[in-house]
Amino acid sequence: MTAPAAKTHATPPAAPDIDADDVPLYAARRAIYPQSVHGTFRRIKWIVLIVTLGIYYFLPFVRWDRGPDAPNQAVLIDFPARRFYFFFIEIWPQEFYYVAGLLILAALILFLMNAVAGRVWCGYLCPQTVWTDLFMAVERLIEGDRRERIAADNAPWTIDKISHKTLKHTLWLLIAWWTGGAWVLYFDDAPTLVRELATFQASATAYISIAVLTFTTYVLAGHMREQVCTYMCPWPRIQAALTDEYALNVTYLLDRGEPRGSLKKVAQLRAEGKPAGDCIDCNQCVNVCPTGVDIRKGLQLDCIQCGLCIDACDNVMDKIHRPRGLIRYESEANLEARARGEAPVRRIVRMRTILYAALICGIGGLMLATLVNRSSEGLAAIHDRNPVFVRLSDGSLRNAYTLRLINKKLYDRSFSVSVSGVPGATLSVVGTDSGSESDVLTIGPDQTREVRVLVTTRDKLDAGASLPVTFEIRDTATGVAARANDHFIAP
Amino acid sequence: MSTAHESHDAHVDAASGTATTGHEWDGIRELNNPLPRWWLWTFYACIFWAVCYWIAFPAWPLVSNYTTGVLGWNSRAAVQGQLADLRALRATTSERLATASLQEIEKSPELLALARAEGRVAFADNCAPCHGAGGGGAKGFPNLNDDDWLWGGTLAQIQETLTHGIRSGDDLGHQGNMTPFGAVLSKAEISDAADFVRSLSGLVPADTPSVQKGAAVFKANCAVCHGEDAKGNQELGSKNLTDGIWLYGGDKATIVQTITNGRGGVMPAWGERLSPTTIKALTVYVHTLGGGQ
Repeated sequence: MTAPAAKTHATPPAAPDIDADDVPLYAARRAIYPQSVHGTFRRIKWIVLIVTLGIYYFLPFVRWDRGPDAPNQAVLIDFPARRFYFFFIEIWPQEFYYVAGLLILAALILFLMNAVAGRVWCGYLCPQTVWTDLFMAVERLIEGDRRERIAADNAPWTIDKISHKTLKHTLWLLIAWWTGGAWVLYFDDAPTLVRELATFQASATAYISIAVLTFTTYVLAGHMREQVCTYMCPWPRIQAALTDEYALNVTYLLDRGEPRGSLKKVAQLRAEGKPAGDCIDCNQCVNVCPTGVDIRKGLQLDCIQCGLCIDACDNVMDKIHRPRGLIRYESEANLEARARGEAPVRRIVRMRTILYAALICGIGGLMLATLVNRSSEGLAAIHDRNPVFVRLSDGSLRNAYTLRLINKKLYDRSFSVSVSGVPGATLSVVGTDSGSESDVLTIGPDQTREVRVLVTTRDKLDAGASLPVTFEIRDTATGVAARANDHFIAP
Repeated sequence: MSTAHESHDAHVDAASGTATTGHEWDGIRELNNPLPRWWLWTFYACIFWAVCYWIAFPAWPLVSNYTTGVLGWNSRAAVQGQLADLRALRATTSERLATASLQEIEKSPELLALARAEGRVAFADNCAPCHGAGGGGAKGFPNLNDDDWLWGGTLAQIQETLTHGIRSGDDLGHQGNMTPFGAVLSKAEISDAADFVRSLSGLVPADTPSVQKGAAVFKANCAVCHGEDAKGNQELGSKNLTDGIWLYGGDKATIVQTITNGRGGVMPAWGERLSPTTIKALTVYVHTLGGGQ
């Protein structure tokens, strides 16, 4: 980030004798009318838009059979039951670290993307970009391309203009409403919820969530657009601090483009043997820009690096029979190499990309390993706090514990409970008529069960002894076991 | 890329190409990066929202009152509404606890969990001040986790004790007292009796002379309530003196004090204060602490 960022929204230069009180401290939003463009990067953006929005809108309807006792929605955040389902994975609340791990992975992938290719997230993948792109497409469809929209906005209100505007905002609201509607489907059985929503049977929470998201989508994608990136989003600031001279940026080749001039002027200069740039100052790069940036002013905060100016410029270069790539994805290092007359180098493998990739592989691998190896049964023990021990009439000593047994399988399971570590100890489970050394407990599918157990010994223990004890539950069918450690305390 | 025009203009900063506000301090000028105007509108919208909020909800303190707001909302009514919702939600489960017998509750894992959950809360609210947070007891207040019961440790007996209390003034409550023997027996006799009682749980060797003398004192005065075998009588609430569990303490001074002055601890009749369902939950909770019979 060496180039001094040229402000795209600076106020007009003030006259030297201006009174300080007259300086405007608030700027109205500059109207931006992005022009349609065709080309490689536009195609990539369309594909990304279709894929990401397709996933977002239709994923809740994908079914996944988990048996009779579990929901059959592939992706479901079930708050009432405290479960998160993702295809074959089921996450319990105490396994929330997987979600934390996913967020860490997401941040690292964002950093890696940035180190390799700059702001690809901003230009192609960010929801703000994708939905804004969709809203702009609707706008173009209804109101026409750049010139027609400018003309219409400057023209007086007519029936035609009113009907166009009304239609546009209606379609925007419909998309926004569908966006909010799809969001709530991730939190309940989608087909059921759609039916409930349609017949006004759904909860107020669902309707309010949809209303809020309809409002935010409509405002952010329809009206705020690039201002979200310029004023609200922290990522451009963080990105500027994370980037280096090898990251790709959308760049205008100053040395090749300048001095710019009209086709005629440039031709004349060339004929006279004077230096002439390839830029014919057609302003296409500015016209297609969704954030209204002039890329020829250099790297700037407002630029989301979507590459649409590259498409626009390449189309122009084709027409005037000059080589493509006057505007291109280029690194600062290569710009310097180019200035020195050296060949460009593409250095993807460097310290930071290796570090990010290693962290991603490490954390991803760790998460995968724990996911694959996680057990589907669990045990936790809590010793009674008051009283810590109980002396019985016959002189024997008892400690009481609360055990929580976990069954993550989607069917009933029986576990035998036993204890070890205390000489002469017997274990009894409160609520079952048994004082034998192990008891069998049944736990329902995908459930936990809390039981109180009493460990009693008639053996004489040393005064103040604190013996480590181990509780074990063992699946009576498969023999799979889970253990929990605690202490047995003597007076 | 400052153009010649900008660098010559006194009110545009040459380095950044940004206009200044015209303010100048020792040659340093303030850059003007204007805030977007919608930001200002957002600020006004927040002010508007705040004013609407004052009108709709309780907001301003007055001398002896406060503005109640046109919606009539207040947090106390909201909490009471939530409590009513909770009671309605619990009505079905409370119903099941009310109709099931104590034995049925203990046999069903679901009802047992319900009763223990409700019992734990009721115990903390009402019983913990004397019996301790986990029913561990204290001097004069029995440990409810052990298997030594003065008035019986079956479900029915615990329920009866809970409902009517001990020396509580309730006619159906347990009444028996430990009689004071200070006026009846001499100090030497009381000392001998204390030694005998301590010998029953092995605290004093049985062949000590005072134990022999104490046995006679016990037989003449104490066996009526505590039994010939000194194992106590739950009908009278007389303590089993042969086990190692002491309500007031097993040292000699305490036992002498107990014999001299008697004992008469009180447990309130909870039937007057708690609902029958809560008493059932408490009964199950105490019974499942570990000592239930």
